Amino acid sequence: MTDLLMPHPAPATPGGSTTTGDCHVEWKKPSAAPVSVNLAAARERLQSRGGATYWRSLEELAETPEFGELLDREFPRFASEWPDGVSRRNFLQLAAASLGLAGLTACTRQPIEKIVPYVRQAEEFLPGKPILFATSMALSGVATGLLIESHNGRPTKVEGNPEHPASLGATDAVTQASVLGLYDPDRSQAISQLGKAATWTTLNQQLTSALTAQSAFGGAGLRLLTGPVTSPTEARLIAALLESYPQARWHRWDPLARDGATKGLTEAFGAPVGMRFDLAKADVVLALESDFLTAGPGSVRYARDFADRRKVGHPEGAAATMNRLYVAESSPTATGTVADHRFRIRPSQLGGIVQALAAAVGVAGVAAPPLDTASAKWVAATARDLAAHRGAALVVAGETLPAAAHTLVAAINEALGASGGTLLYSAPIEADPVDNLTSLVALLDEMKAGKVDLLLVSGVNPVYDAPADLEVAAVFQGSSALRIHHGLHDDETAAYCQWHVPATHYLESWGDARAYDGTVSLVQPLIEPLYGGKTTGEMVGALLGRPTDDAYTLLRETWEGQMGGETFESAFRKLLHDGMVPASALAPSQPAWVGASVSAAVQALAGEPAGGELELALRPDPSVLDGRFANNGWLQELPKPITKLTWENAILLSPRTAEKLGVKGNDVAELTSPDGRKLTGPVWLLPGQADGVATVHLGYGRTRAGKVANGIGFSAYAAQTLASRYGLPSVTLAATGDSAELATTQGHQSIDWMREESEQATERAIVRQATLSEFEQDPHFAHAGAHEGIDVNASFNPGFEYKGYSWGMVIDLNACNGCNACVVACQSENNIPVVGKEQVARGREMHWIRVDRYYQGDVDEPSAIVSQPIVCMQCEQAPCEVVCPVAATVHSTEGLNDMVYNRCVGTRYCANNCPYKVRRFNFLLYQDWETEQFKLQRNPDVTVRSRGVMEKCTYCVQRINRARIPADRDQRQVADGEIQTACQQACPPQAISFGNINDPAAKVVADKKNPRNYSLLEELGTRPRTTYLAMVKNPNPELSA
Amino acid sequence: MSVAESPRLPAPLYDPPVIAPGHSSASVGDKISSVVFGKMPLWFYVAMAISFGGAMMLLTALTKLVFTGIGIWGNNNPVGWGFDIINFVWWIGIGHAGTLISAILLLLRQEWRTSINRFAEAMTLFAVACALLFPLFHTGRPWLAVYWLLPYPNTMAIWPNFRSPLIWDVFAVSTYGSVSLVFWFIGLVPDLATFRDRTKKLWQKKIYGALAMGWRGSARHWHNYESAYLLLAGLSTPLVLSVHSVVSFDFASGQVPGWHATIFPPYFVAGAVFAGFAMVLTLMIPLRKAFGLEDFITMKHMDNMGKVMLVTGLIVGYGYIVEIFTAWYSGNIYEWYMIRNRIFGPYKIIWMSLILCNVLAIQPLWFRKARKSIAALWIISMFVNFGMWFERFVIIPTSLHRDFLPGSWGMYYPTRWDFATFFGTIGLFMALMFLFVRVFPAIAMFEMKGLTPDAKVKEPAHG
Amino acid sequence: MAQIFPRSANALARASVFVALFLAAAGGYALWTLAHSGYVTREGIILQQPVPFSHDHHVAQIGIDCRYCHTSVERAASAGIPPTQTCMNCHNQIWTNAAVLEPVRASWRDGKPLTWNRVNDLPDFVYFNHSIHVAKGVACTTCHGRIDKMPLMYQGAPLTMKWCLDCHRDPVPNLRPREEVTNVLWQPPADLAARQKEWALANHVQSKVSCSNCHR
Repeated sequence: MTDLLMPHPAPATPGGSTTTGDCHVEWKKPSAAPVSVNLAAARERLQSRGGATYWRSLEELAETPEFGELLDREFPRFASEWPDGVSRRNFLQLAAASLGLAGLTACTRQPIEKIVPYVRQAEEFLPGKPILFATSMALSGVATGLLIESHNGRPTKVEGNPEHPASLGATDAVTQASVLGLYDPDRSQAISQLGKAATWTTLNQQLTSALTAQSAFGGAGLRLLTGPVTSPTEARLIAALLESYPQARWHRWDPLARDGATKGLTEAFGAPVGMRFDLAKADVVLALESDFLTAGPGSVRYARDFADRRKVGHPEGAAATMNRLYVAESSPTATGTVADHRFRIRPSQLGGIVQALAAAVGVAGVAAPPLDTASAKWVAATARDLAAHRGAALVVAGETLPAAAHTLVAAINEALGASGGTLLYSAPIEADPVDNLTSLVALLDEMKAGKVDLLLVSGVNPVYDAPADLEVAAVFQGSSALRIHHGLHDDETAAYCQWHVPATHYLESWGDARAYDGTVSLVQPLIEPLYGGKTTGEMVGALLGRPTDDAYTLLRETWEGQMGGETFESAFRKLLHDGMVPASALAPSQPAWVGASVSAAVQALAGEPAGGELELALRPDPSVLDGRFANNGWLQELPKPITKLTWENAILLSPRTAEKLGVKGNDVAELTSPDGRKLTGPVWLLPGQADGVATVHLGYGRTRAGKVANGIGFSAYAAQTLASRYGLPSVTLAATGDSAELATTQGHQSIDWMREESEQATERAIVRQATLSEFEQDPHFAHAGAHEGIDVNASFNPGFEYKGYSWGMVIDLNACNGCNACVVACQSENNIPVVGKEQVARGREMHWIRVDRYYQGDVDEPSAIVSQPIVCMQCEQAPCEVVCPVAATVHSTEGLNDMVYNRCVGTRYCANNCPYKVRRFNFLLYQDWETEQFKLQRNPDVTVRSRGVMEKCTYCVQRINRARIPADRDQRQVADGEIQTACQQACPPQAISFGNINDPAAKVVADKKNPRNYSLLEELGTRPRTTYLAMVKNPNPELSA
Repeated sequence: MSVAESPRLPAPLYDPPVIAPGHSSASVGDKISSVVFGKMPLWFYVAMAISFGGAMMLLTALTKLVFTGIGIWGNNNPVGWGFDIINFVWWIGIGHAGTLISAILLLLRQEWRTSINRFAEAMTLFAVACALLFPLFHTGRPWLAVYWLLPYPNTMAIWPNFRSPLIWDVFAVSTYGSVSLVFWFIGLVPDLATFRDRTKKLWQKKIYGALAMGWRGSARHWHNYESAYLLLAGLSTPLVLSVHSVVSFDFASGQVPGWHATIFPPYFVAGAVFAGFAMVLTLMIPLRKAFGLEDFITMKHMDNMGKVMLVTGLIVGYGYIVEIFTAWYSGNIYEWYMIRNRIFGPYKIIWMSLILCNVLAIQPLWFRKARKSIAALWIISMFVNFGMWFERFVIIPTSLHRDFLPGSWGMYYPTRWDFATFFGTIGLFMALMFLFVRVFPAIAMFEMKGLTPDAKVKEPAHG
Repeated sequence: MAQIFPRSANALARASVFVALFLAAAGGYALWTLAHSGYVTREGIILQQPVPFSHDHHVAQIGIDCRYCHTSVERAASAGIPPTQTCMNCHNQIWTNAAVLEPVRASWRDGKPLTWNRVNDLPDFVYFNHSIHVAKGVACTTCHGRIDKMPLMYQGAPLTMKWCLDCHRDPVPNLRPREEVTNVLWQPPADLAARQKEWALANHVQSKVSCSNCHR
């Protein structure tokens, strides 16, 4: 396939329907539509210029009317109307009104549609049949291997690359959402100088003169600011640059960079090392303030390996296989919810706890500091358990821990014999790893000193996301240097640079990067750059005086250099086809220990300030991270794990702390740091939050991210300083008297509500669970209960006999960690609209799969927090089916609960009668029928629903048909695993199994035979096809006693 | 026959007559037709204008709804039905008194019905008209619902889902509406003829004449009339019971705790009669005062309607008790939680108002004093009107907002468009009422004549 | 007193009852006919095309197989509309300067695609798959009509949902041997009904009437 490397976007799909008309507009099949007329015209013009030049210069296009149109269409047109509440409503009303009219005309006659076939058609191309391409997405430089589904040259869906070690076929939420980022209409679309459209040529003229000046004194004034780089190509080019300009400097900045670990390990081993975990080998794991299962490099793989040790089936031998997880954290994370023991601690306590642990596991030269009895108890027990599993134990330290703590944790892992087993050291995957903060500070100092003449900022946004006391904006403003910003958006930093060059999205780029284990992964484009744009490689290339060499050339150079030979062509093609370089993971090594490091660390920790009444913890947002994904509607509307908040960040407080401080949920409060920095935002009550800790998520309060992100939430970077990058030991909080409405998808900000919710969830046995020992005594614990002995399937009606396929699903609650990957995967597969904050607040979010969260025990001291994904249960006796007056939802001969959008008149009776509340109604016209880019993203195999129509999960019936029809064609049964639902495929811990329950060999059948298998609300007799595997925790008897 | 002679109804001394003494056929005719042919006071036109304004507000709200979507209302997930269905059930309930009074009381030979039946039937029609708006406009795509809900051969080769209570609704309500219309019209014919003959203006003569369908009051006419009327009465009697039973199936056949109850049909029918009589009183009392019809709508009527309200109200109250008892006795955790949530949950205020209006407020009706006080009756009837609306609120949103999975619980808050729609229907209803009073005899003249002394001596044979 | 209405009014009144009934019936009939008419279904309606392409000429007279142009009919949902390339395969040899073919040559020259008007057009919420129908032995002409008799292309069947369901509920009477599906001149054997049962078994033909077979 990969010789179709540059699939030119088809003007339109033969076969697929194209244009649409008044009364059928609502049934428009997405995407088959021609690429936006003006975009297409502009691009065609380019193509007619022939050749593989991916970049285009303005002169070429400026003359065309289309381009002018393209510019002002993409920029100001929607400026006023996108999600900010009111104006969006108006927009919806307008759209809906026209639709209403169309509907009222009730015309039954279709308009004439057009067919636009190719002029020349590619061999492999089958109209309407998606093609998969292997590529990789790098986040903070670290790659995950992907397969991208492409419909007629339009990437529509991201999947994991099953061959790739960092993915094994799964993906996390941000990766799933990245495809929407490609089509983000707010991406910058033209090179600009001081805000005016300029050209690559003029930029390069300026560069050349600047560089010639530099070459005189070895490029002493030349600076490069990028994120962490693992890409061999970029590394090679930068090295070349630094070679030809010996005095030039390369700086790094990334708010997500794991500086603590880098520094701590450098201390411990004298040189930077790469570190990765092998959780398949870990029996006992302790995570300190670390969400390692859903965030950070390798988390997707970690989640998989970890979960594989918890999918206990038959009780015999379960104990042997099941691992145990301790988590100590200040604010509940997805990882915390799967822990067997979760301890609520304040960040300031961590130093002491690490030392106590070190002492307890016998790290020489560490004395246990005094701890409060509670902490002492669990530290002792945990340490004993870890030590007892020497060689199979692991301690994971979160990136927010101070460097010294990382050093000690490394020492603890040494003492536990983790290295070489559960933990692997290697050469660092990053090229020239540095401490990002130091690196950035150095750059700023030099800029202040006027030592910088030419600065290229590539793919980073320090003006927004650097600690406030660095005053990056001011420094940039004050600097006389020629500043060139290169990025996806014309963002906060771009505003302080004379030049801005649009970057290519990774789905438009050629390149390479290393995965968490060092595996070199290839990046190849799925579509011609929508708005031109450059890769970081091309930018550095320009500095090297090679402005016309495109990323493809630069990439080939690297690999020709590495592999060479006359077989190169085929070898390189193979690389691209596989998406990675085989066996390129970095070899594990055992770096030598620096003896003095421990005592140094202990001293350093002693210096850490003690926590005050109220501590502030600054953490990356679970959805939009440091803010780089803020303009992604899917991620904004994604209910954050535990809080279920959308569209916003908040000041997270435990109910008890809030009470103590005299604030309630939704109160607007002001946090003040000792040095007078202030954060003002709404308070959110979060059971499970450590008392005396206020957690605030970064990534909000963007000003130049785009129409989606601008002005929502508040920027926590305002409180960030060099000294307090991850929080402050002591802050004060005061209510301002205002209150704010936050949009959550579950529950309400009242303690009574939360208490009642968790009480009822327990009484109704919604999430069934037991401890491992209980499970071993009674494997069928999940079925003990009130309705024991009642045959819930009893019926006078003999029922339908499923001869052929009969689809079913099982969700393993023991594997699920509530990471949300499934939610975004479903949204992207099924063309699910984004409804905006105001609609979510009204309880009208559209997600087909949701992750319910329940607190166990009292909301002040939750004993556990559990997540439960809910999809349509495809009930055998579906309450929704009988009540639909127009038979728009009926049972299929394969057991699916079909939803026929075009028949639905929207009485909402089915939704009322659905005990699982999985049905979603289009209360307004939620789909964006305007923005051409979004049309390109849509999945042509799924109808785009319109206003007034009910929708719901269909087990990805389009995927079922895509597999079943060819199988039927060659007269065979669909094999098990041939069909994966979107949620199942994306799920990092592989908690979901789906298949034909008439096929005895199917995994789903095995899972349904698992004694933990139970149906939700089975006493209602709905006979759901989606069932759950009950939760089994593996607590440490010493602590649970 | 008269009350006095009736073996079934011994007339106690205090029992007031169904028509004030001293009335002759002529005086009855004059009095009643004066309402139509006489000059209308200013207040009538003011009130008419206000109601018409309300109707226009309804029009605006529905237009906005069709062009924008259900989203303008407060409905959400999990509360898919809000004011829309509350209003529907409320109006249908009100629409019960008319046919009940006309048909059932006719069959039971309750003479006191005669002066109020015409009016009550009109009320029924207009209430049903208001109710019928909602099954159509509560849908997301009314432009399709309007014909997809009906079974007709089509090029898609599919039919409506006859298992769905909503389809039963469509049939039940439209049947009820059409039968009531015919019943009401047949009843009007003799009086229309009287109007035809009384009016001086030719165009009026033509219109009333056309509607009177050539009625001349011949013996044959009377004979056909009597049998037709009796037939229709027989026909609509079961409908009175069926309509609200079917409406109650919308809920009773559902899965939701608070809906899934076998008591619903009888309890809904009782509630409907309760609401219907309350509305009759609410309207009758001012009307009677305004047009000086005290002689025809006597304390006897007030007294009886008071009694009916008390009885049906007690049945409804019993319904509430049974709901609570069964929920507890069933041991079904969902049902029991639903009851607790109704009484102590976020919407407890609505439940309390319900009990106040429908259970407590009617207790005074035990005492003749209250039943004989126009003011008291009117106030109580207003309580009941509100109470029955609250009842539907308690049944629909309060049951839906916290159902099986605590994770999908939510709250329901109506928007200004919900209120515009609700008050709009009331405006429409009143406007139609005023028109009716102005152009048709609000009281069956010929039947009233039958009650006058001179009529009685004429035909002693009957009885 | 004076008569308001003439005697005839009575007759009128009676008549009006029957007139009303008649009008209702007539209205229903009219709607029914309209819904099935070519005006709504577009059955048999010829659309203007950039090039007056004649299936009659290419199929009946020259005898080109359907699959020469509609290449993906056996492999994909869409039968595929031929790229300009396919036309030029022949027409760079023959009729190289026929006026009617100018649009085709122009398309080939400037790489601008031809734009045809869709003749067989299902609503966008219907997902039809050619390959499976062909594999089960449903002939091209069964749904598209006698293409070889169409000098200008028109829709050969109503393509209403009822029409689809008629076959989906009982497919057997519409079957052919797989290898004969593109043969427009196929002559059914004498014992057609019996043979069709065999073909149905051979090709695992099932009656598929679940909504999600066509609507997703």
